[in-house]
Amino acid sequence: MRAPGPRSLPQEARAAALFLAPGLAVIGLFFLVPIAASFLLSFTDFDIYALADTSNLRLVALTNYAALARDPLFWIALRNTFYFVFVGGPLTLGVALAVALLLHSKLARWKGLFRTVFFAPYVTTLVGVTVVFRYLYHPRFGLLDRALGWLGIAPINWLGDPHWAMAAIILLAIWKNSGYAMILFIAGLGNIPESLHEAAKIDGAGALARFRHVTLPLLAPTFLFLGITTTIGYFQFFAEPYVLTGGVGGPLNATLSMGLLMYKQGFRWWNMGYAAAIAFVLFLVILAVSAVQFALQRRREA
Amino acid sequence: MRRRAGTILVNAVLAAGAAVTLTPILWMISASTMPTGEANTFPPSFFPSRPTLAHYGELFTRLNLGRSFANSLIVATAVTFLSLAANGMAGYAFAKLRFAGRDRLFSVLLAAMLVPTPVAMLPLFLILRAMGLVNTYAGVVLPAVSTILGIFLIRQFALSIPDDLLDAARLEGAGELAIFRRIVLPLLLPVMTTLGIVTFLATWNDFLWPLVVLTGESRYTLPVSLAILSGEHAQDTELMMAGSVLTILPVLLLFLALQRYYIAGILIGGVKE
Repeated sequence: MRAPGPRSLPQEARAAALFLAPGLAVIGLFFLVPIAASFLLSFTDFDIYALADTSNLRLVALTNYAALARDPLFWIALRNTFYFVFVGGPLTLGVALAVALLLHSKLARWKGLFRTVFFAPYVTTLVGVTVVFRYLYHPRFGLLDRALGWLGIAPINWLGDPHWAMAAIILLAIWKNSGYAMILFIAGLGNIPESLHEAAKIDGAGALARFRHVTLPLLAPTFLFLGITTTIGYFQFFAEPYVLTGGVGGPLNATLSMGLLMYKQGFRWWNMGYAAAIAFVLFLVILAVSAVQFALQRRREA
Repeated sequence: MRRRAGTILVNAVLAAGAAVTLTPILWMISASTMPTGEANTFPPSFFPSRPTLAHYGELFTRLNLGRSFANSLIVATAVTFLSLAANGMAGYAFAKLRFAGRDRLFSVLLAAMLVPTPVAMLPLFLILRAMGLVNTYAGVVLPAVSTILGIFLIRQFALSIPDDLLDAARLEGAGELAIFRRIVLPLLLPVMTTLGIVTFLATWNDFLWPLVVLTGESRYTLPVSLAILSGEHAQDTELMMAGSVLTILPVLLLFLALQRYYIAGILIGGVKE
């Protein structure tokens, strides 16, 4: 506790109220209130008739949630979203860690240039690069299948074949996002004292053993942060299937995500009560997965 | 000798990775200058046979993307400056001004960061509709004027401002607003630059909310226009690549110019424990 300043506290508190007012008003009115309202909305039958005249609005208790449980599209979207998060997420972090290790190595040259190149995709406009990838994935005119052809791999119909469409989205996500994780991994690697590696070397630990017993444990905080932010971000994926499949989530709903389903229900068909239920299920899933990640981390530390 | 082989291997892998990373962007630029139809030939070519800028002309005449470009610029600039003001003041207040309930209020905000933004979107649309702000610039700008992450960034940086400096100014009779303007703001300049560029890029690149709240072509930002056009003009590969260049290149160049500040923002945001 610090002693109060030379001016009386009420004056500082008045200034604080003034300084906080614009920011908190915006966050309150446009974020916190809508979150609470969204929860209430999910218990109503808000649809296009209610949009026209709110007297058509009725409370329907858990009807939306019960309907969700019977909606095959919901389960497909949930499965696709889990697939993206739990396959795409680890692959993104894995690629990022591999690049970070290479760039952290004393053998690497032109580190600044490489770092800029690998990070650049992260700042590009997602819609723009998704349009580009749509053509790169073309089975006849796209560069990707052309390059695979050199390796003797037959052309893959990335966006037309339901078995490959999610893989196409994951490849795009790795390209776009691994630069962000790479920057944080490089920072984490830089914080590991050289003396720890030297000590392990003297004890006879090989490169692989040092990676497992020195590098990985000391990167744990970075992993936890990236694990949680990547999970939260990936659970909301929307623009990739929207642009790659013309707003549909095809082929055969193979790329329909929770975000896309919510958008279609809420803003295309105006089933806003139903869409709010989708949003809340998504929120609860994110919360649960984040809690598990925290718990795993704590157990590892104990 | 072994070390030399290692050096070559590490740098060769890095160079190959860099080439793969750059290919989509380089191909986008190259294909945007190909004559119509050339990007849809087999086998695919990487370089244009006769480079042309005709597609860029078409973007501004037939597709009217100049309007979307201006919209993106207006929206991103407005959000950047308004959010610097709102987040700057709030972040400083949370870091340095003493008031009851400060830390509790701040932890409520941090907890709210766990809520994904789409959760708020449905009621947000209804609120803005009631305010008559659907399909207006304000409908895109207002909800983005303050972000918890922005307040957090400023606060982390402002914590290092010495209290003695502020108290000395108070002893000399300076008001809180004058202290903020003359002492705090100059000290916050580096983090404000960081937050400014991060905010500008995020707003420029944003898609879902502008897609929801902008209902008329005359207000579309570039990503919204591009997404809709790419559905209608799927066969015009070269034209769509020109549109992608127009969308991506401004932010890419801005990042390259202010890279140091952007990365600093990533690192502050990434080490909150």
